[in-house]
Amino acid sequence: MNKTLTCVICPNGCQLTVDYEGVTIQSVEGALCSKGNQYAEQEILDPKRNIASSVRVTGGKAPLVSVRLTGPIPKKKIFDVMAEIRALSVAAPVEIGQVLIADVSGLGQDVIATKRIDRI
Amino acid sequence: MTTQNRSVIIIGGGPAGLAAAAALRQQGVEDILILEREHDLGGILRQCIHDGFGLTRFKEALSGPEYAARFVDTVQQAGIEVMTDITVTELHADRTVVATARSGRYVFKAQAVILAMGCRERTRGAIQIPGSRPAGVYTAGIAQAYMNLKNIMIGRSAVILGSGDIGLIMARRLTLEGASVKGVFEIQPYPSGLPRNITQCLDDYDIPLFLSHTVTAIHGTKRLTGVTVSQVDSSFRPIPDTEKEWTCDTLILSVGLIPENELSKMAGVLLDPRTKGPRVDEHYQTSVAGIFAAGNVLHVHDLVDFVSLEAERLAESVGDYLKQAPADEEAVPVEADPELAYTVPQLVRADRDLTVSCRVRRPLNRVRISIWQNDQKHVTRRFRRAIPAEMIHLTVPKEKLVPGEPLKVVVEHE
Ligand SMILES: Cc1cc2nc3c(=O)[nH]c(=O)nc-3n(C[C@H](O)[C@H](O)[C@H](O)COP(=O)(O)OP(=O)(O)OC[C@H]3O[C@@H](n4cnc5c(N)ncnc54)[C@H](O)[C@@H]3O)c2cc1C
Ligand code: SF4
Repeated sequence: MNKTLTCVICPNGCQLTVDYEGVTIQSVEGALCSKGNQYAEQEILDPKRNIASSVRVTGGKAPLVSVRLTGPIPKKKIFDVMAEIRALSVAAPVEIGQVLIADVSGLGQDVIATKRIDRI
Repeated sequence: MTTQNRSVIIIGGGPAGLAAAAALRQQGVEDILILEREHDLGGILRQCIHDGFGLTRFKEALSGPEYAARFVDTVQQAGIEVMTDITVTELHADRTVVATARSGRYVFKAQAVILAMGCRERTRGAIQIPGSRPAGVYTAGIAQAYMNLKNIMIGRSAVILGSGDIGLIMARRLTLEGASVKGVFEIQPYPSGLPRNITQCLDDYDIPLFLSHTVTAIHGTKRLTGVTVSQVDSSFRPIPDTEKEWTCDTLILSVGLIPENELSKMAGVLLDPRTKGPRVDEHYQTSVAGIFAAGNVLHVHDLVDFVSLEAERLAESVGDYLKQAPADEEAVPVEADPELAYTVPQLVRADRDLTVSCRVRRPLNRVRISIWQNDQKHVTRRFRRAIPAEMIHLTVPKEKLVPGEPLKVVVEHE
């Protein structure tokens, strides 16, 4: 089977043509780097994404701190992770890179802060 | 009021201003002042919380605030002087800069001024949709600021007009926060955002994209209740009997960005009608001596990585400019192929390495883009597909360039 994908790993956004049979990848064409081949395989077998959101902050100079995951998670788990993120509230100060939820939903990735929020 | 003299004044503390400041300091320029309107440095990136920035520079996929923080840290560690909560209200051709803050009015005179004010969003006025003016209509950038900086959820069900990247990113953001995004409607027959954003912001969440469609009416008195969408013909005219009503409480406009030009115009800087930003040479110097520009104020970028690089090239030239009054080679035009929307720079002096940035007008398959001078071809790049959403860069080393001879950027179909 043939499938055309857009690699989302970097802004080059290479158009990939994947030839596969069930779960066996026969060829990937169009990738400018080897990450594209890995992406195509992952995308056919079990698509993964990183997500970003924000978490409420109490006692900080801003009401929110932006967060992201340390690495991609299976696409079908995105809304489970979002539910955990949404339930969270943290107290200022928050540092860039601070782990706010370790091993979120047991998926092996952490939710980390991407901004510094000082105390008022 | 006393006038303070400065070597370099940078207007705007976003990625362009920060990168220019850091690079100038590295060259040994001491007297630099950044003036920023907001309370924090970082520009628009403070609200771009998704990841994917900085892969080329930092070898990591960072979010916007993290990318900005790296530059803010560099600027602070270098001890570069910064004033925030201060708005530049006047700029004159003699490089007098007038700025206003709560603490008063300041007047500066600089040897070099760097324009780094970013861009603004086109609004409903710029595209004209008939109908009432209910609440619930936002530009994508404003929606992003509400949700990501202020913790204000803007609505429960949304329609997005225009397929610009910020609109696509907001479609995903709203969906993740539990809102339903009915669809993205684009008047052009192709999307204006990057393919990777179509994949990861729309396709991932089954949000439909309707090409050659536009919003022809909006409904609701106090709050938006819905929109009418029509298909358009090749001249963008709505096709009768294709109207469809969509129920929604929020309409997000992602219909384009334009450089922030008020100060440039005030100083008498010539603008390019294609980029809508200043016309510059390869030193990023505008038509007014000593006034330079980079980043979104010059031409709208989709990737901050390119903004940083552009500002660093600018800094190189500003450094030279401060050392010696430039023995100007005469500037000659860069002629853009009719398939190209524009080129930056628009002029060349051929006295430094050259980077030309450009965009195609429409999607093209299998093309070669080359830079020619006389019958000499300096560089060629081949593209399987070139699209308006992606900025293209071509570089030519100084040694190859002939001063005084116009350059041509040529698109050939293979
Ligand atoms: C809403 C939006 C979202 C974007 N999202 C992304 C994204 O997700 N990823 C990406 O790679 N790129 C994104 N971009 C592209 C963006 O072009 C670059 O990433 C980058 O931020 C541009 O940098 P800049 O310094 O030119 O402008 P800006 O970041 O806009 O910075 C300009 C700065 O100048 C200040 N300023 C303006 N006028 C004055 C004045 N008169 N006096 C004092 N200060 C002034 C502003 O307050 C601002 O801080 C986005 C652009 C916009 C508009
Ligand atoms: S294949 Fe490599 S270069 Fe192309 S988009 Fe993916 S990561 Fe980027």
